[in-house]
Amino acid sequence: MNPKRELEQAYHSGRISRRDFIQRSALIGATIALPGSLLSGAAQAEMKRGGVLRLGMGGGSTTDTIDPGTHTDSVAITIERSMRSYLTEVAPNGDLIGELATAWESKPGATEWTFELRNDVEFHDGQALTANDVIYSIQHHIREGSTSAVAGQMGKIAEMKADGDHVVHFTLSEGNADFAWLVSDYHVSVFPANGGWEAGIGSGPYSLVNYEPGVRAELKRNDNYFKEGRPYFDGVEVTVIADAAARDNALKTGQVDATNRVSQRTAHLLDKAPGVNVHKIVGTKHYTVPMLTNAPPFDNVKVRQALRLAVDRDALLKTVLGGHGQVGNDLPIGRNQEFYNTELPQREYDPDQAAFILKEAGLSGLSVELSAADAAFDGAVDAAVLYAEHAKAAGININVIRESNDGYWSNVWQQKPWCMCYWSGRPTQDWMWTIAYESGGAWNDNNWENEQFQSLLKQARVEVDAAKRKDMYWEMQRLHWEEGGTVVPLFAADLMGVSNKLLLPDVIGSDWELDGQRCSERWSFA
Amino acid sequence: MGLTRLIFNRFIFGLITLLAITLLISLALEALPGDFAEQRLGQSATPETVAAIRDQLGLNKPVLVRYAEWLGKFVQGDMGVSLSNNRPVAELLATRLGNTLFLAVASAIVAVPLALLLGIVAALYRETLLDKLISTTTLAAISLPEFFIGYILVALLAVNWQIFPAISSISDSMSLGEKIYASLLPIATLTFVIVAHMMRMTRAAIINLMQSPYIEMATLKGLKRFHIIVHHALPNALSPIINVIVLNLAYLVVGVVVVEVVFIYPGLGLLMIDSVTSRDLPIVQACILIFGATYITLNMLADILAIICNPRMRHPR
Repeated sequence: MNPKRELEQAYHSGRISRRDFIQRSALIGATIALPGSLLSGAAQAEMKRGGVLRLGMGGGSTTDTIDPGTHTDSVAITIERSMRSYLTEVAPNGDLIGELATAWESKPGATEWTFELRNDVEFHDGQALTANDVIYSIQHHIREGSTSAVAGQMGKIAEMKADGDHVVHFTLSEGNADFAWLVSDYHVSVFPANGGWEAGIGSGPYSLVNYEPGVRAELKRNDNYFKEGRPYFDGVEVTVIADAAARDNALKTGQVDATNRVSQRTAHLLDKAPGVNVHKIVGTKHYTVPMLTNAPPFDNVKVRQALRLAVDRDALLKTVLGGHGQVGNDLPIGRNQEFYNTELPQREYDPDQAAFILKEAGLSGLSVELSAADAAFDGAVDAAVLYAEHAKAAGININVIRESNDGYWSNVWQQKPWCMCYWSGRPTQDWMWTIAYESGGAWNDNNWENEQFQSLLKQARVEVDAAKRKDMYWEMQRLHWEEGGTVVPLFAADLMGVSNKLLLPDVIGSDWELDGQRCSERWSFA
Repeated sequence: MGLTRLIFNRFIFGLITLLAITLLISLALEALPGDFAEQRLGQSATPETVAAIRDQLGLNKPVLVRYAEWLGKFVQGDMGVSLSNNRPVAELLATRLGNTLFLAVASAIVAVPLALLLGIVAALYRETLLDKLISTTTLAAISLPEFFIGYILVALLAVNWQIFPAISSISDSMSLGEKIYASLLPIATLTFVIVAHMMRMTRAAIINLMQSPYIEMATLKGLKRFHIIVHHALPNALSPIINVIVLNLAYLVVGVVVVEVVFIYPGLGLLMIDSVTSRDLPIVQACILIFGATYITLNMLADILAIICNPRMRHPR
């Protein structure tokens, strides 16, 4: 929360250069001139064993389960990540590292993949992990009649074969150079073939002792965990607290040690409370306003360009997010992500230009409807109303339609020609573009059929040469920035409240909340 | 004779009402946008996965068929399983209902005697400063929304002075004492909310009777005012008071959702909100049945008690 801490974060995760770090430190008047630990990263804070981590979390419901295919929200994911392990892991700095897998490689074309597994992993009941467990676990998502949320995403796996106990071969129906990233998805955990997910065990840092969905969960340390020295806590207690004010209070009174989803409106107050710090992490979570580009008037590229110019992103950032985030540049890719096109200028609010574009196209006095509900994101309706106000200056009339929160994702999103939406983002370019922008994708919410873009997406997916990939992704971003159908006005920060009794690593993961939902494994008491 | 017959009639009507409620709820949930499969998958829904979930849970059948199936099982004592995680509804409800009843009973133990006492005192010192103070305070408390009272109590007693816990996340592993301590703030909040209604009714009913000739007689006999109120006025004022008390007790069971949210108290209300949001019909039905049955039973109880306390109704001519 304090600018100094934020800067350190950014520097550690490689989001800003050393030079930037020094310059910006000077700007905020911070007295930290690159302490040794910051430079080397070697002097990691000393993690200590012991204590029970008590989390107060929003994003849990009575309907949560331990079936990894059903997870959609934060509490279930935190429990999953504490209880079970994955083939690969997104490290705090954004790199992909192995978890159950020690190494992986693909043949050219990226359709054939081989993962080598650790040979020292045991499930909580003492069974040794083998290649069969991995195959069984992934089969859960792609079998006939699967109800898994990643059925589509993992469906490209055509065949899985075990080679001995510790090697798995995958054959994909369509090459994917980022396949190793896909198996780090929070749904794709590994559980024992003997017992299945129903057994409620895994090989994670904690085992589940007690779980009352929507109320609380209790986990205890797995003394047999395969990562040396980890985890640091003796146990974890998750209390589901849906109300943001109640989470703040629980943290202030010391009933919990950390909370997720601090309200943007009260973050500054919580940060002032004694013994509590608010951490702000900007990752890949972004708010979008997708247009169905095959529906009039959005099928006209001039309309899309005008509407993108007609929103004051800075004002939205200030009002809707209380400044906790970054303005978006009409790209669903975070500024710190690999292959982000840094040459594209930030799109600014320019009502005159928008009016000019429309006038040239003979569309002056354009009137459109924008569907919004807070189900899209907290403050979506406010954002839509502000958008409409900003667009007035360009002579565009935006009629905001207030939709019901219930069924928003089935009845409004992908159905109404223009609506509010959010994406938690994905760690790779291919993943993000594929799920929401590829032609014919199940979650495509813009139907933007640009031939060049679609063909580049397919080429880049199987391209293993990083330099060539970069060129392709830069070109795709340029195309989308110029003609695409989705306005991306904001990247939202995750705010978490943390007691100063806890010791956090210098670098905190920005994929998902609470350190990539792995706080139970990465944090300790001071 | 009259009383038994009345109870029997009311019982039958109660059952019919409950049946009607369950049907209404089924239709209402069906009318809401999005079904269980779509709500569960949210943004990540694809046509295939939605169809797979509907297939697995039999959600493709018409709503009346599903209702009939549910009813058929229910009358045999099978409340079904949660659509989301296959947990038996009965098991899921047991803990939550226990928690809700615990909070309701604890609040009633504090609030009802307090309201009666305040009502009597207010009637005794009618039109004095004390009476006005009691009325103003309780009416002010009932006029504020529950969450506001809850947050004020938390801000003062939990955050500022750190006397009580801010969240009341009680669990089975806690002892009775721990549970009571953890629930003190929600109990206080509920007390604030319901005392005014009962207190005003007590005061009004007693004052109303104080004009009666037999009270004048008692006064002329030289009895003390407190004695007159407790022994002569109160018994005759009981039936309207009991009515109000019982209605407030019903409120303690069915109306505490907001308090549960503020204090993260794991009761029935939170369970029902979650279940309605996810369209988990078996749980919603069970919650509604409990809430409906509570209201109907307590209303019936109010009428019966009113008859018992009133000799004229007990022995109709």
